[in-house]
Amino acid sequence: MARGAVAVTGAGVAALVAALVLLPLGAVALRAGAWPSLVPGDAQTLWFTLWQAVVSALLSCLLAVPVARALARRRFAGRGALITLMGAPFLLPVIVAVMGLIAVFGRSGLVNGLLAGLGVAPVSIYGAQGVVLAHVFLNLPLAVRMVLQGWQSIPAERFRLAESLGFAPAQVALHLERPMLRAVLPGAFAVILVVCLTCFAVALTLGGGPKATTVELAIYQAVRFDFDLGRAAMLSGLQFALCATIAVLAWRAVTPTSFGAGLGRAPVVQARGAGPLLADVLAIGLAAGFLLLPLGAIVLRGLPGLAEVPVAVWAAAGRSVTVALISTAATVAAALVLALRVAQGGPGALVLDGIALLPLATSGLVLGTGLFLLVQPWAAPSDLALPVTVAANVALSLPFVYRLLLPEARVLFADYGRLSDSLGLHGAAWLRLVAVPRLARPLGFGAGLVAALSMGDLGVIALFASDQTATLPLVVQRLMAAYRIDTAAAAALVLVAISFALFWAFDAWGRWHAAT
Amino acid sequence: MLQLDRLVLAQDGFRLTADWSVPCGERVAIIGPSGAGKSTLLSAIAGFFEPVSGRVLWKGQDLAKVSPGARPISSLFQDQNLFPHLSVAQNLGLGLRPDLRLSRDQARQVEQALVRVGLSGMAERRPGQLSGGQIGRAALARALLRARPILLLDEPFAALGPALKAEMLALVAEVADETGALVMLVTHDPKDAMGFARQTVLVAEGVAQAPVPTAAFFANPPPALRAYLGP
Repeated sequence: MARGAVAVTGAGVAALVAALVLLPLGAVALRAGAWPSLVPGDAQTLWFTLWQAVVSALLSCLLAVPVARALARRRFAGRGALITLMGAPFLLPVIVAVMGLIAVFGRSGLVNGLLAGLGVAPVSIYGAQGVVLAHVFLNLPLAVRMVLQGWQSIPAERFRLAESLGFAPAQVALHLERPMLRAVLPGAFAVILVVCLTCFAVALTLGGGPKATTVELAIYQAVRFDFDLGRAAMLSGLQFALCATIAVLAWRAVTPTSFGAGLGRAPVVQARGAGPLLADVLAIGLAAGFLLLPLGAIVLRGLPGLAEVPVAVWAAAGRSVTVALISTAATVAAALVLALRVAQGGPGALVLDGIALLPLATSGLVLGTGLFLLVQPWAAPSDLALPVTVAANVALSLPFVYRLLLPEARVLFADYGRLSDSLGLHGAAWLRLVAVPRLARPLGFGAGLVAALSMGDLGVIALFASDQTATLPLVVQRLMAAYRIDTAAAAALVLVAISFALFWAFDAWGRWHAAT
Repeated sequence: MLQLDRLVLAQDGFRLTADWSVPCGERVAIIGPSGAGKSTLLSAIAGFFEPVSGRVLWKGQDLAKVSPGARPISSLFQDQNLFPHLSVAQNLGLGLRPDLRLSRDQARQVEQALVRVGLSGMAERRPGQLSGGQIGRAALARALLRARPILLLDEPFAALGPALKAEMLALVAEVADETGALVMLVTHDPKDAMGFARQTVLVAEGVAQAPVPTAAFFANPPPALRAYLGP
């Protein structure tokens, strides 16, 4: 009976997810049917989208290696806190990250101040280099986490054995570290590549122009500025083809990573000598500076204005929290049902697995354009801005939460499937007494991720929103565009505080309820 | 009466047949070499393993369409008999109501069952805070509460020392006497069979043979058992 109920619910949820992804695609395909010819700039846009994603992913992975190695083999006071804090940019709303980066690397920022002191010409944060810089800033923490986990997954006994055999550092690298990196880096590269391909907010704020426009940004411009829905549909088709290809090629290489747990453990790897020490101090110092200075800059810039934040900001904050909470509830419920159904196996599990990962082949603006085309004949898009944003958040975060839950759901059935069945424990009682307590940790972590990412999301909403339906990230972006930088910084600080608080609350719930 | 009617079990080159019956309230040991299919036989009776052909009948009723939880059976597995995130009392309560909405009367029954197996005062502990023997006692207490007419034990005490194992088997015997249950015990150890079971089933060479009186069985072991017991 439990199996029957899960199977039926699983099929229903899968049908909804498939509809949510495929209906907008259908609308896009129909509209693009006339196939407006490519504008000469489109090839350049496509090339830039690919180029910036590959370069960002490569740089993030390359830079992550020395940082993770340093964190893996050094102990110092505050190491655990630093690792936690350095993870923050991953949860940071993109628009806030961009503000922080501008504060440090912008025209009147810290770096250009130093360069001017040395008599060097200022560097610009706008354009291709700015897009890559922002992507590395946002994704380096993820890469460091994954590589650090790889280092810590090498058993301590191996390093002891290497030491007892008198291995030089080069031999340790050859026999222990390089095989681990070969296993871990492709996954990190693939995740970051997929994330950067659908870059919108970074390109909107730091990119633009013929040389630094991504496909997502081009879709937005076609809808918002030219109101050329045929062109938007054509670009959406292009973006879908790109994402689907990369997702199919890359996603299977991806192993899900978990955050938090176990990473605070004392390091086992030791390195002696002044050279490695200098390298490690530099790696940790530079990475910490790069990741933490922009965060600090936002706090400093935003604090003074906090008392005079306009009412519109608080209203937008209320809308954003509502959107985030509804998105979280729907995503976690859908991911849980799909993960339980797929973990049970049997006929159809493979199909459902595919549907759960289907949203990876699409993007925020592709979904947004499709939904725009779907609702436009019936209602003013701006009236439906918030429901559409929720739908896009759910679709786009589902694969990640699903991947977090699936292995744990498999363990749940392997360990307690028979016991539950033999006691006749199924349905709602099984969910309440067994599934949720046993899966509390990934559920809480996943819910925290969705809440923080939905809170900070600046994608679909930009296509739909009017002033009455703007979310907080959009308000921050509009304040920035209007050069009301102090107010924007204060609003950004509110946004960061709520995002982190939501993540912390859900994650803490999961850890609190985590079954022993 | 539990009847195995021309039962055939098969999986990846493994094959086991059984065609016999045991009366209610009997105590049966199931003995045989590793990998012969002792656990698979129990799984098939409990409803976790679908037979290729043949039937499992209880008092004349075919159990094929009955889900594991609805069968007249309580099972003690090799491990994972308790949910580690629920208290001992909650784990026992699952035996009375799987949704744990217990009446006051049922809560009292749980307390009494704990006293009965010597776990009074442990109600609020988690399984992780119990010893191996105490975990076995808690699982038995739940079987006592469920009071199903068949109790299947798949070496649940294999990890315990000899003295503790004998103690647990004595407790199983008491529980079985109180509930009048038919007990089937999988074991590697002839001593368990001789001390506990009136009947013994030998599982070897693809056949689960019909139960025979334990004393006679070990007094004059069949060739397949002699090979297993060694010189």
